[in-house]
Amino acid sequence: MEIFIQSLVSGLLIGGLYAIIGIGMTLIMGVLKIINLAHGQILMVAMYVTWVLWHYLGIDPYLSIFITIPVIFVFAEGLSKYLLNPLIEKESILPENQVLMTVGIGMVLVELARTIFSSDYRSVQTSYTDKALYIGNISLSFPLVIAFGIAIILTAGLFYLLSKTDLGRSIRATAQDKISASLMGVSSLKITILTYGLGSALDAAAGSLLLPVYYLYPDVGPLFTVKAFVITILGGLGSPLGAILGGIVLGVAETLGATYLSMGYRDAVGLVIFLLVLVFLPGGIKQLTKI
Amino acid sequence: MSSGLKSRSFQITKTEWYIIIAFILLPFVFDFSPYFQGLLIFVLIWVMLGSSWNLLAGYTGLVSFGHAAYFGIGAYAAALPYYHFHISPWWGLLTGGLVAVIFGYLLGIVVFRLRGPYFALGTLASAEILRLIFGEEDWLTNGHNGILYMTTWVSKYPYYFIGLILALGAVFSIKAIMNSKAGFYFLSIREDEDAAEALGINAKKYKNISTVISTFWAGIAGAFYMIYMGFIDPEVVFALHNISIITILVGIIGGVGTIWGPALGAAVMVIVQEMFRSAIFGLAPSWVSRMHSLVFGLLVIFVILYMAGGILGDWNLITKKLKFLKRNQGK
Amino acid sequence: MTILRLEKLTKNFGGLTAVNNISLEVQEGEILGLIGPNGSGKTTIFNLINQYYKVSSGKIFLEDVEITNLKTYEIARLGIGRTFQVVKPLKRLTVEENIMAAAFSNSNSFNAAKKSAKEVIDFCHLRDVAHMKAGSLPIGGRKRLEIAKALATKPKVLLLDETAAGLNPTELDTAIEIIMKIRDDLGITIVIVEHIMKVIMNISDRIHAIAYGTTITSGKPEEVAKNKTVIESYLGSDYASGGIANA
Repeated sequence: MEIFIQSLVSGLLIGGLYAIIGIGMTLIMGVLKIINLAHGQILMVAMYVTWVLWHYLGIDPYLSIFITIPVIFVFAEGLSKYLLNPLIEKESILPENQVLMTVGIGMVLVELARTIFSSDYRSVQTSYTDKALYIGNISLSFPLVIAFGIAIILTAGLFYLLSKTDLGRSIRATAQDKISASLMGVSSLKITILTYGLGSALDAAAGSLLLPVYYLYPDVGPLFTVKAFVITILGGLGSPLGAILGGIVLGVAETLGATYLSMGYRDAVGLVIFLLVLVFLPGGIKQLTKI
Repeated sequence: MSSGLKSRSFQITKTEWYIIIAFILLPFVFDFSPYFQGLLIFVLIWVMLGSSWNLLAGYTGLVSFGHAAYFGIGAYAAALPYYHFHISPWWGLLTGGLVAVIFGYLLGIVVFRLRGPYFALGTLASAEILRLIFGEEDWLTNGHNGILYMTTWVSKYPYYFIGLILALGAVFSIKAIMNSKAGFYFLSIREDEDAAEALGINAKKYKNISTVISTFWAGIAGAFYMIYMGFIDPEVVFALHNISIITILVGIIGGVGTIWGPALGAAVMVIVQEMFRSAIFGLAPSWVSRMHSLVFGLLVIFVILYMAGGILGDWNLITKKLKFLKRNQGK
Repeated sequence: MTILRLEKLTKNFGGLTAVNNISLEVQEGEILGLIGPNGSGKTTIFNLINQYYKVSSGKIFLEDVEITNLKTYEIARLGIGRTFQVVKPLKRLTVEENIMAAAFSNSNSFNAAKKSAKEVIDFCHLRDVAHMKAGSLPIGGRKRLEIAKALATKPKVLLLDETAAGLNPTELDTAIEIIMKIRDDLGITIVIVEHIMKVIMNISDRIHAIAYGTTITSGKPEEVAKNKTVIESYLGSDYASGGIANA
């Protein structure tokens, strides 16, 4: 029983991080209407930036989010402006050409990382990476707890942005109906670029927060892309609240899977959930609860 | 875009005969080193995979991001009877296609109701799940250790000709079907599924037909790969980037929705890959050899941005641009 | 004889009843006009006949055979052809290929379909553009193509949904001519939805008028044109005395 609770708690904590990744992806999906198959790779880039900052400048990973967030934000805006937006006009047999473009971007990012950093595993070590908090016999990884806390702050900030600011309203309007929104003066082009930046920025934060507890290597990128779209579909498209639930569900399911099945199947859990959701609950959790 | 549909029925054109004869004579005319023969055989495998994907995606509009699933299943259909019962993998040429079809049909039940990107993701997920299962279940598949087999012949020539027959089989069977009623129906479904239904087209049935043919050839390609290479493991045959994505690239570069596009794309891919793997045949510094995956990624970006119809698909545009450049050069 | 019969057809979308208990009969060989203000449910009725929407209640009969719960393609094959209000050409195929795709519903060979398509192309005045991609046709051609595709399935009943919208006077005359020929030469029964009164009043044998999803009245065009409720629903009660035949 204790093992179960331990797994549950660990899963919950990492679920918090997964949630931010999911929110970022669902935001992009909601506004750009594409599946960003480079999402995990952008996370990887943020992780490498964080690692470099720590390795060469001694900057604490949690503090580096102040750097990675803006850097990735601008980078992602560039990707969106120069590589994704031009495709909106093009009529091609392949309706998925935007999605394919993100695949291409993802590939380039992974291979660039491999060229610069090689395939070696990297990690950070700080005074607190191995620390744990204890509630009874249940151990909570200290870095994960901090990450969870920061994740909550970021999520709250995002919700405030979306619901209370003009910018947030423009984003939501464009997500609901691009044409009407542009008729009311919202530049859908600018909003798509900005949203891609915003979604990626959240990704970047997650990356920095993840580094203390996760090994870094180039192929981590595609791995997290898969997790990201599982979370998004699980939670229901375009629903940030759904993404939070989806992230937590995935985190818990994966940890339970790793504990009770085997390490190798941990990543398969997400995929199986994904297929099940696609078949039985295409609207995701959102469909169940009308969030 | 609708190449081949103008013929009144299935016919092999003169150009196509030249291509066939050229390929048959190729190994006799040039005393190719085994290295080159190996490259040609890879081209043939990609022709099969690319054509199979193109039928489903380019002609029927079902963009699969997980064609590696069928390739891998075909490969293991040939390998598993050998691994467990020492039955020759050559039987895989018969069974590989069929097993892939069965799996494709089952998967279709799950993913056909999905439209657009969800279909793509569903196929991607299924290939990944297979990769993980085949990697984990050691008792069945020998897991990550893979399955090894002493290939029948040392010389590559017989493999080349067998591969050639299979590849031509794939291309021409697809050409035949695209010239038939089913072909028109595939295109109609691709263009507008609702309009197609109003014209009496049973979309579900024809999506299944397209899937059957597509997965069949992907499975055959996998079985042939097993027989030729003598070694497979889940990370290789179910690979997302190295099989599924490159299959898509092969289709796109050559020309989505054309008969010979995938064949052209296959040739281009192998050439580009080898150019970089061998550091431009030894002429460039050695770090270039690790660049080929990066180059692929850049190629995807470039092609989608500027040549989404592929070489054959955008042929008219490309020739126009070239003529324009030539004219300006003369001035 | 009654070739198409709708019996107490009802369609609910959540809380909204788009089609409310509508019954009508279409006689073989006639042109039945379906009129009503925007949003009255005309296209919804077509979508129900075609099974694009599931019927909430009621039945549909084609030649006394119930077709209410069949699939769209089965209904098409049984003999109901339709055009879409927002035309749906198969854009990257040529006009000829579009029509051939439709013709295959009645033949299995490439040559037979091509021959069948040729006849329809000539019938619909599309010979000049037969080899153009459907996506590059102007609106007049697209509307004719829409009719041609439906015709090539050799239907018994043809549902025409606003085939005249957006056409200039010359194109309009061509469209009317084609529609009349479809009934006169090919013997196909036609149900037509139209907003352009000149078209629908002149070519229909009978009119069925609806508003807010319910039937107002039906009968010969002249009678329906004088019906007060019909005039009200279109033009408001101020015009009720004028008569829409003069509109």
